[in-house]
Amino acid sequence: MAALVQLRDVVKHFPVTRSLGELVRGEHPAVRALDGVSFDIGSGDAIAIVGESGCGKTTLGRLMLKLTEPTTGTIAFDGTALAGLAGEGLRGFRRQAQLVFQNPFDALNPRFTIYRAVAEPLLNAGIDKAEHEDRVAAAFRRVHLADLDRYLDKYPHQLSGGQLQRVVLARALVLAPRFLVADEPVSMLDVSVRAGILALMREVRDTMGLTAVYISHDLALVRYLCGRTLVMYLGRIVEDAPTDEIVRRPRHPYTQALVAAVPVPDADQPRVPLPIKGNVPDAREPPSGCSFRDRCPHAMTRCAEVAPPLREVAGGHRVACHLELA
Amino acid sequence: MILEVDDLQIHYSTRAGPSGSGVVRAVDGASFAVPEGRIVGLVGESGCGKTTAVRAIMGVLAENGRRAGGRVVFKQQALDEAATKKLLWRDIAYVPQSAMSSLDPVYTVGAQLVEVLTKRGNATGRAARARAVELFDLVGLSENRLRDYPHQFSGGMRQRAAIAIALALEPSLLLADEPVTALDVIVQRQILDMLRELQQRLRLSIVLVTHDISVVAYLCDDVVVMYAGQVIESGPVRDVLARPRHPYTMGLRNAFPDLLSDALELVPISGSPPDLADPPPGCRFAPRCPFALAACTTGTVAIASGSDRTHRSACLRDGEADQLRKAALDPETWLRSSSFATS
Repeated sequence: MAALVQLRDVVKHFPVTRSLGELVRGEHPAVRALDGVSFDIGSGDAIAIVGESGCGKTTLGRLMLKLTEPTTGTIAFDGTALAGLAGEGLRGFRRQAQLVFQNPFDALNPRFTIYRAVAEPLLNAGIDKAEHEDRVAAAFRRVHLADLDRYLDKYPHQLSGGQLQRVVLARALVLAPRFLVADEPVSMLDVSVRAGILALMREVRDTMGLTAVYISHDLALVRYLCGRTLVMYLGRIVEDAPTDEIVRRPRHPYTQALVAAVPVPDADQPRVPLPIKGNVPDAREPPSGCSFRDRCPHAMTRCAEVAPPLREVAGGHRVACHLELA
Repeated sequence: MILEVDDLQIHYSTRAGPSGSGVVRAVDGASFAVPEGRIVGLVGESGCGKTTAVRAIMGVLAENGRRAGGRVVFKQQALDEAATKKLLWRDIAYVPQSAMSSLDPVYTVGAQLVEVLTKRGNATGRAARARAVELFDLVGLSENRLRDYPHQFSGGMRQRAAIAIALALEPSLLLADEPVTALDVIVQRQILDMLRELQQRLRLSIVLVTHDISVVAYLCDDVVVMYAGQVIESGPVRDVLARPRHPYTMGLRNAFPDLLSDALELVPISGSPPDLADPPPGCRFAPRCPFALAACTTGTVAIASGSDRTHRSACLRDGEADQLRKAALDPETWLRSSSFATS
């Protein structure tokens, strides 16, 4: 299927406070939050972006929704570059692309009723008020908040976390978007409730034919959400493959470490020692070449010289590692 | 047993609501024990009372909270609040939920460590500084970071510093509240491995409060499962996670993501925990339990040991645990909401 979202060589720098020396020398140090990211998302596909804090995954999500602009590189939605969008074109994009917030307790204005919260995007998009009630009702049905009337006049504090997350999802769906970015959609919810929200997200994706991006730090969770996963490390994609391959046959040494580190709810599982040491380096001064090399158990001289490109090593499986190219 | 908690009751007074008396029974008759030299996981979802129980043991409840009943026995000595204060940090230490909020942002981490050693312990300045270096080394932090402020530390380093402060006066019992929850998975693993190593090296006993049964599976020897202010199951981790006896634990196991499982669906437990200002009579899980009987909704259900004495569960149908566990593996079971959902 044709790509709905296309990223090419996307780079995003954030300026950092300059030291006196840097000021004098006229230097402009920056954190390279994203350092050349390219991938496509097919229409109707769902992908996960996984990585540790600071890897650039949230920045990537914000770029895809045009909530921030890339330093260089292009992002296109349905064949149109986001950079050039303005006026009616931009409003059209905003209707089609929606964000599902991480924390349902913060995402809703405590002084708005649930009805007003869900109807607000309709108001912003300039939809005729006469249509609001029907569209809000349809969104509520999609997220299985039965007994609509029980919720509409309530305020966020009167709802449980699971109900709130359904309301947040209803608000994202009320404009019938084509593209959804969900940043850690269930990380604030309790385990027994979380499973229901995950199933719901898969269901609305299927019934509405949505294209979706899930941003998460939790590899174990992502397995239940979508078939393809991108793994990021310090602003770069290090592996892009079917989620099952990532989990069972990870090829990049960083992905291998990530998979080994995920605890499983089974005490009989043998404890695999962590294959790497140390911490994620300072994003202002990443190592030369491959940014993972100073923690990699397989690092070679070549790794310090050239950053390995992300290359296809098998059908639908891309890895950025010199070991794969050797 | 280094620590025994017997029928602990903790009440919070709140404004009276339409349904309740204004008293929230956050912990309502919880009993568990911590054997010496073991790591015990206290596990449950938000609001189950796990943090409150630990704070009560430490004697640091919020102002509107009070111990309404029960006993806490530490090394054969009953602890009331005054007795706890004397032991705090020296014999019982605490690693709080968020290391950032436990470290003071305006002092260097080293100064805070030295303060604990000189003010709470009776070390001289010179001895305290030497000990601070030792402690940093113990938790894998380099000595020159003692001069840094908390904001200069990463999340993992702050957690290590909080553990160093907790261990400063050589306690025998460490209570850690969600010590790895906010951390990335690789850092989380490094901290868990360090806790295990410290436990063995220093012969510590540890209570680990967490919502994450994978962390319990990885680190703990024993587990205590709480639901709605009560302990509903306890025992050795291997037994409880592989052969849960209480339907709530069975449901939790099904709902929990597992990187290695073949199942492609997580199964939710329908409904949500009860309001602790007005809890239902009988078993508190009955309104959500697919196996509930009429008898489950009256009286109280005591926690009891089955045929093997270490694994205990508070379920009227404990005798049928093996059959229930089999039925619980079928997702269909959990679609059927309890017939007592409204009671």
